[in-house]
Amino acid sequence: MLELITSKLEDAANWGRKFSLFSYPFVTACCGMEFMSVAAPKYDIARFGAEFPRFSPRQSDLLMIVGTITEKQGPALRRVWEQMAEPKWVIAFGVCASTGGFYQNYHAMPGADQVVPVDVYIPGCPPRPEQVLDALIMLQDRVQRGDGHSQIRLKREKIMLAAANAEE
Amino acid sequence: MAQKVVDAVKAKFGDAVVATSSEHGDEVITVKRDKLLAIAAFLKDDPAMSFEVPVFVTAIDLAHWQPLGRRGAPDEGTRPAYDAEASDGLRFEVCYQLRSLKHRHRLRVKVQLKETDTKLPSLTPLWAGFNWQERETFDMYGIRFDGHPDLRRIYLYDEFVGYPLRKDYPKDKRQPLVRRPDLVGDH
Ligand code: SF4
Repeated sequence: MLELITSKLEDAANWGRKFSLFSYPFVTACCGMEFMSVAAPKYDIARFGAEFPRFSPRQSDLLMIVGTITEKQGPALRRVWEQMAEPKWVIAFGVCASTGGFYQNYHAMPGADQVVPVDVYIPGCPPRPEQVLDALIMLQDRVQRGDGHSQIRLKREKIMLAAANAEE
Repeated sequence: MAQKVVDAVKAKFGDAVVATSSEHGDEVITVKRDKLLAIAAFLKDDPAMSFEVPVFVTAIDLAHWQPLGRRGAPDEGTRPAYDAEASDGLRFEVCYQLRSLKHRHRLRVKVQLKETDTKLPSLTPLWAGFNWQERETFDMYGIRFDGHPDLRRIYLYDEFVGYPLRKDYPKDKRQPLVRRPDLVGDH
C-alpha cells in the first residue's frame, strides 16, 4: 500500500517536472541560432513548459548542450552539470554535441556524452526547430516514466541506502 | 604595386633576400632568418615603407606540400613535395603579412625554417599586434619566437602535447582533459 502511494506521488511529481523544465542553455556555436529560433515566439518552446532559460545552473534542471564542445571546454561543462539541481536532464542539441559532427580532430570532443550523461540526442546541423520540440516531447515522456539518467541514479541510490539501513 | 618595396629591400639588404615572387597580386619576399629583424625594422620605420599594420602571422608546414590548384596533377616543379633529405631539412615557412595604410601597399615576408631548428626572432617588439598571433603560431606549429614577451599556448590547454597543425600530427588523435567517471570507472 505504501509503495502504491509513493509511486503515485512520484508520478505526480514527474508530471509536474515534465511541464516545468528549467533549461540552462550551454550555447557554444552556430546551433545557438536555431536555439534562439526555438525559444522565440514562432516555435515557442514555452508552450511545452520549458519557459525560462536559466543562466545559473543551480536554478535549472535541463541542460541544453547547444553546439560544438571542445576538449578544453570539457571541465567547464562537467562542472556546470555537477552544479545543477537533481533530478536533471541533458539534451545534446545538434550533431556536434551528439557525436562531434564533422569535427573529427584534435580539439573537438566526440560528443558531449563523453563528460555528461545525455538523455536525448538531436541530430541535424543545425536541427530544425520541429526536431527540437520533438526531442523535448520525447524527454517529457522520459521524465514521466522516470527513466532519465539522473532519475535512475537517484532511485538506485535510494534502494542502496535502504538496503544498507536494513542490514544494520 | 609593391614592386618598389621589393626593389628597395633588395637594394638595401642584397643577399638577405633569398627569393621574391608575386602570388595573386601580392608581393612575397623570402628572407634570411638572421636578417628578419633588421628588414622588419626597415619596413616599419622607413618613411617610404611605413608598414604600420601587422595583418597576420602564420606558418606553413611544407611536408607533402603541393602548389594550390594542382593537387593530384603532376607537380610542375615550382616546389617539390616534402622530402627531408632533398629539402635540406627545410620544413616550415613562417609568413608575416604587412600593410601600409599610408602608401596603400602590402607585402608578405617569409622565413624558411628547418625541421630541427624552429627558432625565429619575434616581431612583437616592433608590432604589438603580432603578440597573440605569434602565440597561436607557436601553439599550432611549435615555432619558437625569440624575444616574445609571453610565449605560451593560446588556444589549447597546457596539458596538450605536440602541435596539431603540423602535418605529422595524427588527425584523429585526441587528448581529453576529462571523461565521465561512469564510462571509464567501475560502474
Ligand atoms: S551541429 Fe552544425 S550548426 Fe550545430 S554547432 Fe555543430 S556545426 Fe554548428
